[in-house]
Amino acid sequence: MTDSVPPARATGPDQFTGATPDNAIRDADRAKAGRVLAADGTPLKRSLNRALRAQKLRALMLIAPLLIFILITFIAPIADMLFRSVENDIVSQTLPRTVVELDRWDGEGTPDEETYRALAADLMVATELKNHTRLGSRLNYETTGISSLFRKTGRDIDEAGEIYMDQFVALDAAWEEPATWVSLMADPDWIAAQADWSARAKEAEAAQDAAATAEEARALEFTEPEPRFRLSGTARDALPRTSRIYQQFASVIRSEDGDSPTQEQPWAIVYQALYEDLSGGFTGESYDGAQARLLSRAADAVAAFDTLPVKEFFIENVDEDWGDPEVWGTIKAFSSPYTAGYFLSAIDYQLTPQGIEPQPDDQKIYALLFKRTMFMSLTIMFSCVLLGYPIAFLLSNLPLRTSNLLLILVLLPFWTSLLVRTSAWKVLLQQEGVINAILVWAGAISDVGRLQLINNQTGTIIAMTHILLPFMILPLYSVMKTIPPQYVRAAKSLGATNWTAFWRVYFPQSVPGIGAGCILVFILSIGYYITPEIVGGTTGTFISNRIAYHISQSLNWGLAAALGTILLALVLVLYYLYDRIVGIDNVSLG
Amino acid sequence: MTLKTLMMGSAAFAVAATGAFAQDSQTTESPVAGEPMTDELVISSWGGAYQESQRKAYTDPYQEMNPEVTITWDESSAEAVAKLRAMNEAGNLSWDLVDVTAADAMRLCDEGLAMEVDINEIAAPAPDGTSAEDDFTEDMLVSDCFIPQIAYSYTFGYRTDVSEWNGETPSQICDVFDLERFPGQRSLEKRPLNNLEWALMCDGVPQEDVYDVLETDEGQDQAFAKLDTIKDQTVWWSAGADTPQLLADGEVVMGSTYNGRLFSLIAEQDQPVAMMWDAQAYDLDGWIIPTGLEEEALNRVKDFLWFATDTQRLADQAKYISYGPARQSSAPLVGQHAELGIDMAPHMPTNPENASNAFVINYEWWADYRDDLDAKFQSWLAQ
Repeated sequence: MTDSVPPARATGPDQFTGATPDNAIRDADRAKAGRVLAADGTPLKRSLNRALRAQKLRALMLIAPLLIFILITFIAPIADMLFRSVENDIVSQTLPRTVVELDRWDGEGTPDEETYRALAADLMVATELKNHTRLGSRLNYETTGISSLFRKTGRDIDEAGEIYMDQFVALDAAWEEPATWVSLMADPDWIAAQADWSARAKEAEAAQDAAATAEEARALEFTEPEPRFRLSGTARDALPRTSRIYQQFASVIRSEDGDSPTQEQPWAIVYQALYEDLSGGFTGESYDGAQARLLSRAADAVAAFDTLPVKEFFIENVDEDWGDPEVWGTIKAFSSPYTAGYFLSAIDYQLTPQGIEPQPDDQKIYALLFKRTMFMSLTIMFSCVLLGYPIAFLLSNLPLRTSNLLLILVLLPFWTSLLVRTSAWKVLLQQEGVINAILVWAGAISDVGRLQLINNQTGTIIAMTHILLPFMILPLYSVMKTIPPQYVRAAKSLGATNWTAFWRVYFPQSVPGIGAGCILVFILSIGYYITPEIVGGTTGTFISNRIAYHISQSLNWGLAAALGTILLALVLVLYYLYDRIVGIDNVSLG
Repeated sequence: MTLKTLMMGSAAFAVAATGAFAQDSQTTESPVAGEPMTDELVISSWGGAYQESQRKAYTDPYQEMNPEVTITWDESSAEAVAKLRAMNEAGNLSWDLVDVTAADAMRLCDEGLAMEVDINEIAAPAPDGTSAEDDFTEDMLVSDCFIPQIAYSYTFGYRTDVSEWNGETPSQICDVFDLERFPGQRSLEKRPLNNLEWALMCDGVPQEDVYDVLETDEGQDQAFAKLDTIKDQTVWWSAGADTPQLLADGEVVMGSTYNGRLFSLIAEQDQPVAMMWDAQAYDLDGWIIPTGLEEEALNRVKDFLWFATDTQRLADQAKYISYGPARQSSAPLVGQHAELGIDMAPHMPTNPENASNAFVINYEWWADYRDDLDAKFQSWLAQ
C-alpha cells in the first residue's frame, strides 16, 4: 500500500523529520560504526527501548477502558454474529448417531436400517429435549417440508420400538418395572448412593409434614438433586446400544422432568435397543450381572419376536418423506459442524446433496439486491456532493453571523427524529401529496398523470439524499473554512478567470472534504434500513432490509450473518480501492 | 382446519349481542393461588388500541383485585420471536408473558423458546363447566404453547367515493384483481401469506384446494401470474397502519389490513371507507409463556392468565376493539362498544354474515413453505 503513495504526501514515521524517540531508535539501528552507548554504559538502543516500553504501556493503560469497552460491546458481538454465518453444529449435535451412520450412505435410494435405528434413537432424545423442531426449522431453510416432517415425527417417535416393548413385557412382566432396568443397567455404587439419597429425601419430607408453619416447611425443603446416573461396566460391555440410550434416558428425565430412572419405565426405544443388542451377537456369558437369568431368557426368545424394521416404521407409520432421498441428502449435506451453505445462499447459490448449484431463477434475489444497494448508495453519494458542495461553499464564504444561522438550518433536520423526516417525505411525495398537487395546480402535469415519486427507487434516493446531506455538508464546510481566501485572490490577480481560479486553485484544496463526505455518506447509506423500508416500496429497498427480515422475521440468523459479512467485506474492499485511487491521506474532516 | 367452530360460536353471539346483557361471571380461584408469587409482571404486546383493550379488559381489573401487582408493558410483540431468541441466548429473560400471533407461537414453540402448556391447567373452564380445551376448540389451539385470546382477520377496505367506479362497489375478493371495473391503486401486504391464497381463489381454484395447489411449482406460478396482473397498481405495506393511512389519503382505493384497524378508520374516524368481508383470512392472536421463568414469576403469570383468559374477560375485550374472542362461551357476552355505544356484532370477523366465504390461514403449511415462498415472493417483487 505504501509504495503506491507518492513520497511527498506520505507521513510514515521514516518520513517524519522531527525528533521522535522512534527516529532515535532507527538512527541507532543505522549507526553501523559500532554500538552507541548511553551514559550508564548500556547500549543506547536497549535503554531507549526500555524507556519507550514504559511510555507505551502508560499510553495503553490510558486508553484501556475505552479499548475494553469497544472490545466487549462492539467487536465481540459483531465477531459472534459473523461467526454464525458458518456455524452449523445443530445437525451433528441433535443427530449425533445418524450423522455418523450417514457417512456410509452413497446418496442413492434410502439409507440402511442401521441409519434409521440411529435416527430413531437420536430423535427420541431430541424430542424429549424439545430440540427436534429447532433442527426442523433449520433444515427447512434448505429443503421445504422438513419443518413439518420433524414436528410430525416428534409426535410419533415414542411409538418407535413399541412393538418390542410389548413383546418383552409379554415375555415377563418384570420388564415393565423400572427396578428391573435399574438393577440391569446401573452401577452398584450408584444404586447405593441413590438409595441413600431417597431415604434422606423421605426423611426431609416427613419433617416437612410435621412442620408447624408453611414457612418452616419451606425452609425444610429437600433440594439436593438425585445423584447422576452411572452405568455398570458389565452392562456397557454386554449391551452397548441399550446402555447408551438408557444412559441418555436417565439423564434426560432427570434434567427435564426431575424424575428418577428408579421410578420411570424406559422409553420404547430402549426396548428396541435391547432387542438389537440381544439379536445381534449377545451370548449368555457376556453378562453376569443381577438380571442374568431374565436377560438370557429374553435372549433366547428374541429370535421368535415379531419384528418391525425401523425403516418401515418411519416410512409407513410416520411419514413417507423419510423415504425421500432429498431429505436424507439435506441432512447429510449439512451434517458437518461448519457450512458454506449460508454464504452460498447469500450469493444465490445453494448447497444440495449433488453439490453446489445455482438457485432457481425465480428465487434469485441477493445478487440483484447487492447491485442495487451499490448503485443507489453511489447515486445518493453523488447527489449529496452536487447539493452539498454549493451549500458548504456558501456557508464558508458568508460572514460568520449569517453562516451560523444557515448552519443551524442545515443541522435542524439533523436534530429531528429520523422517522418524522421520513414520514414527512411520504406526505410530500405521494401521488395525492404536496408536490404532485402543486404540479397539477401549476398545470405541469395532468391529474391522471401524477408522478410516481414514492415506493420506488426515486423515493429512496430523494429521502436518503436529504437525510444524509448534513454528513456531506459538515466535513466540506470545515475543510472549506481552512482554505485561505488569499489563494483565490492571488490567482485572480495573476489573471485567472473566476472559473479557473475556482477549478485550479480552490477546488483541489476542497477535495479532502469531498473525500471525507463521500466516505461518510456512502458507508452510512449502504447499511441504511429504516428509510428504504418506509419509502422504498419494492424496487427501492436495500440489502439491509433483507438482513433485517432474516433477523426478525424468518429467524434465519445464519443467512443474515452471511449477508452482513459480505456487506462488510464489500465496504472494506471499496475503502481499499478508494485508498489506492484517491489516497486516504486526502480525507479530512477539517 | 374448519370454520365450523368459529361459526358456531358466532351464531350464538349474534343472537345474544342484540340483547346486550352484561353480567360479571364469577371468577374462580387460580390453581396457583396461595403459592409464592412475584409482584411484578412484564408483558409484551402490540401497543396501540389493541394493547389498550387488553389493559382495560384484563390488567386493570386484575390489579384492582391484586393491588400489590405492578405491570410493565413492552410494545415489542412484532419482534417477539427475534427478541426472545436473543434473550434466550444472552440468558437474560426480561418478559414474563408475551402476546404473539399464532404463527409466531408455533415458531417459538418449535424453537423451544415458549413453554408447552396444558390449556386446562392454564385457563379456567367456561361458566357452564365446559373444559377450557373444549371451549377454545382445537381450531384455536394451534400449538402446544399457544393460549388463544382473539380471532382477527385480514380483510379489505375500499373508498366509497371513487368516481371512476360509476357507483359500483367491490363486493367480492376477485374485484381486487379487476382493474377494469375498479381502477385505482391497491395496497397489499409485503409478504406471500394471504396474497397467494387470494390470487389462486380468483384464478378459479376452489378455496379448499388452495394449499394443495400452492404446494406445486405450477400452482405457485399460477398465483404469481395472477398477482402480476395488478402488480404495477399495488402499493405494498409492511405496517398495519399503512393501509388505513393510504385509504384516508386517497393514495389507494382499496387495501388489505387487520379488520380492527379498518373498524377504527370507519367507525371511530368516520372516513369514507367501507369493509369488504369476502374471503377474509382468519388469524389468531394469544399468549405464550417464555421458557426459563423462575418458579415465582411463573406462578404470577399463571395466576394472571387464569383470570385474563376466562370467559368474561375475553368478552370484555371485544368492547374496546373489534376482534372476536377466542372462547365460544364468550361470544354471547359481547355487547356494545364501550365508548361509541354501537353494537359490535356486525363488526366482528366471526359474525356469520361476514364469515360466509372466510378461510383460516394454514399455519402448519406455511411453517414449511414460508422460507421458500418468501424467497420467490421477494424475487418476484424485485423484478
